[in-house]
Amino acid sequence: MNDMTPTREQRTAALEGMGCKRKRVEDVRFTQGKGNYVDDVKLPGMLHGDFVRSPHPHARVKSINSEEALKVPGVLAVITAETLKTVNLAWMPTLAGDVQMVLADGKVLFQNQEVAFVVATDRYAADDGVNKVVVEYEPLPPLVDPFKSMDPDAPVLREDLAGKTTGAHGPRKHHNHIFEWKVGDKELTDAAFSKAEVAIKEMISYHRTHPSPLETCQCVCSFDKVKGELTIWGTFQAPHVIRTVVSLIAKLPEQKIHVIAPDIGGGFGNKVGAYPGYICAAVASIVTGKPVKWVEDRIENLTATSFARDYHMTTEIAATRDGKVTGLRVHVLADHGAFDACADPSKWPAGFFNIVTGSYDFPTAHLAVDGVYTNKAPGGVAYRCSFRVTEAAYCIERAMDIMAQKLNMDPAELRLKNFIKPEQFPYHSALGWEYDSGDYHTAMRKMMETTGYAALRKEQAEKREAFRRGETREIMGLGVSFFTEIVGAGPSKNCDILGIAMFDSCEIRMHPTGAGIARMGTKSQGQGHETTWAQIIATEIGIPADNIQVEEGNTDTAPYGLGTYGSRSTPVAGAAIAMAARKIKAKAQMIAAYKLEVHEDDLEWDIDGFRVKGLPERTMSMKDICWAAYNSVPPGMEPGLEAVSYYDPPNMTYPFGAYLCVMDIDVDTGVYKVRRFYALDDCGTRINPMIIEGQVHGGLTEAFAIAMGQEIRYDDDGNVVTGSFMDFFMPTAVETPHWETDFTVTPSPHHPIGAKGVGESPNVGGVPAFSNAVNDAFSFLGATHIQMPHDYWRNWKAAKDLGAVA
Amino acid sequence: MAKTHLTMKVNGAEVEGLVEPRTLLVHFIRENLQMTGTHIGCETTHCGACTVDIDGMSVKSCTMFAVQAQGSDITTIEGMANADGTLSALQEGFRMMHGLQCGFCTPGMIMRAHRLLKENPSPSEQEIRMGISGNICRCTGYQNIVKAIQYAAAKINGVEFREAAE
Repeated sequence: MNDMTPTREQRTAALEGMGCKRKRVEDVRFTQGKGNYVDDVKLPGMLHGDFVRSPHPHARVKSINSEEALKVPGVLAVITAETLKTVNLAWMPTLAGDVQMVLADGKVLFQNQEVAFVVATDRYAADDGVNKVVVEYEPLPPLVDPFKSMDPDAPVLREDLAGKTTGAHGPRKHHNHIFEWKVGDKELTDAAFSKAEVAIKEMISYHRTHPSPLETCQCVCSFDKVKGELTIWGTFQAPHVIRTVVSLIAKLPEQKIHVIAPDIGGGFGNKVGAYPGYICAAVASIVTGKPVKWVEDRIENLTATSFARDYHMTTEIAATRDGKVTGLRVHVLADHGAFDACADPSKWPAGFFNIVTGSYDFPTAHLAVDGVYTNKAPGGVAYRCSFRVTEAAYCIERAMDIMAQKLNMDPAELRLKNFIKPEQFPYHSALGWEYDSGDYHTAMRKMMETTGYAALRKEQAEKREAFRRGETREIMGLGVSFFTEIVGAGPSKNCDILGIAMFDSCEIRMHPTGAGIARMGTKSQGQGHETTWAQIIATEIGIPADNIQVEEGNTDTAPYGLGTYGSRSTPVAGAAIAMAARKIKAKAQMIAAYKLEVHEDDLEWDIDGFRVKGLPERTMSMKDICWAAYNSVPPGMEPGLEAVSYYDPPNMTYPFGAYLCVMDIDVDTGVYKVRRFYALDDCGTRINPMIIEGQVHGGLTEAFAIAMGQEIRYDDDGNVVTGSFMDFFMPTAVETPHWETDFTVTPSPHHPIGAKGVGESPNVGGVPAFSNAVNDAFSFLGATHIQMPHDYWRNWKAAKDLGAVA
Repeated sequence: MAKTHLTMKVNGAEVEGLVEPRTLLVHFIRENLQMTGTHIGCETTHCGACTVDIDGMSVKSCTMFAVQAQGSDITTIEGMANADGTLSALQEGFRMMHGLQCGFCTPGMIMRAHRLLKENPSPSEQEIRMGISGNICRCTGYQNIVKAIQYAAAKINGVEFREAAE
């Protein structure tokens, strides 16, 4: 061997495979303003659409007069529900089995609901037209409070459902009731409570908020009348699903629909669903024969497309006096707004909320969720969350703290006492999940040691004494959160969207020169798939990641997949990528054996190629195999080197983590300071630590926003009062705390590379950590549970209500 | 609506166009000049995705009329790479420090950081955080953006960049 021969370490490093902090390939274009987002798509003759929206939360639409609007220069058409009825599109199906008005049909059910769609030659003219459409409304009493939605005299919101006593998820109890979903053993759980030595009960609300990616929802629809083909560029987290949905509702053959999701400026769940803007732009393009662009503005985004959360969770835990939990009972009142447009797998009306037993070994549990209609925007999307897991984690993590307070036990100690033990995995939870793997005690102890938890508790005790003595007006809180997520939807046995199983896919084509292109059914919105997917392939087949082009988002070229949300990309598509790469490798092995004139079994894999066992100098690199695949394959073998894999995961994955927030609050002003935030995540095998850390930073920042102020709030008359970035809390670099990250690695036993997904963990674990810190700070003054969001005013109010300020 | 003839310098080149008085500068840049690197995130001056540099100041182009930029000298993200086409210190810093994810806020963030470093070539972390507080990022949590700007400052100042300990 001469000195020029690269070492094994150098060969491995050259691949930039899994585990490497590979710099992102996306950044070269993004840092130069050369991304291609939907609003950057400009087609010849393109028109622009804009909505007339309702100022009323609940009203009858008496008439719509477009006469003056059509006189505005540049305005070409005004589309109303009457127009849409001619093509049977006035209503559209939702992912949750409900129907939703595309444009107001007889009445409006939330403020800023879409009433008419004005199409014009440019966006200014469209806006002029919107101002000239005259709509006559007859206001009806608004229903804002979900707790009043099932009152006997509550106004009837959904007249279209009159007489329907059964919905998509079973019987309806009231005209504003959507579904009731029950899981668990009620009898056993009730018995646990009647025998309980200690029990707590609290109504824990997770307020309504919004994913609000920096790029709003938008699309360009272009219908080619001659070919009968519809091309849609859109902000779609799940482009293939959009294609199928459009085909089903617009009755267009699916092969004539081309959906392209170009670069996406953040999604966080906002861009999963189908919105009236997409339908209207498509219809407008069909009607006018020209491409039509629809771009939501920020106010429209916050007030009309897809809120998140709005779960009101009455939570009870039963336990023994020494702190062993014996039962969990939760009732959720879920405010779904005017239409049930939740983006959950179809069979799951409350998503995976039944992960609510969390990281703890509850012998029994019972959960009931009632979904109700109110005069608010529809949605219920998974905002950086796997289908209501965030709500579930908040519920159990807050409740465990309340129980610890009742038992006068340290919250960390109570958790350690009740964790599922490593030897219990795979663990069957009382509410029906099979947790694949976990080592909670190790993660929790690492968090406690690294942060100096015991010393922090001591400091807190001293500060409390100082507060009592009147020496300080500052109180200190420690927010412990230990979450278990359930991500990677999901196995076809229990996960589908409109009947399509939630598999995902990858196709890899290797080129003769040792390069290749790989396409997936997922769609990055900032997660860096172009970088990380190539790393998986690099490690699996020994071709440098730089030589693998990753492409997503074009339904004509990518294999069918269910898209990117719910932290499903790595657990599902990541597995498909590894499986497709292994098919490539298997064929490559046959080619190498033929070329090296040995039996396949005599070959072993070595970083970037095969070598003959016992003869390490007899090798064939994957690069050379790629060339051979196109000119000298074994007799009888088809030439070429490509593979497709559709991966139906055998189970979900269960990432977990231990977080600690250290917060100081001035009781006289309510101003808080996050002194320290530590996040330990276990997402199994780590593909790119740099990207994982970035995901954690981002998710924690969103969690910080939600817990400390970010809210979609309605006044008593049904007006949205947080409809712009002025009122909707968006933390800047100044408010955002410094993040400390850490990890343990417990690989998923059923995933081909052991990875579990991480994008949403920090949001799921972060919110309870912040909220528990605030509640922990106030607990010694007598607080048991203070509702989120914990902004300065509410903190001050809490202090005042507890008698800490005059 | 009557249109106004507009001339200005954008990224070093003289440009002109006819615009309505109400046309926003960001639309003139994106639609008339076809430079789509400048983004629109909120249309209310809160998010900073539309930040450009005008006559030596950071300006949110979504709340300025194009006619107000008559005769001015504008730099957009398209004018930020080095003359030889390589990434500038700031662009490189964002990439090296993972200071971006979806990329939507990035052009505005880089334009703001560009002006910040002109005003204060060696900012502290707090000065950077305050300096970019008019720009919202939904993905990164800012920590790596701060590092990206520190990286660029070090490179521009010709000193070694040292990442602060976590």
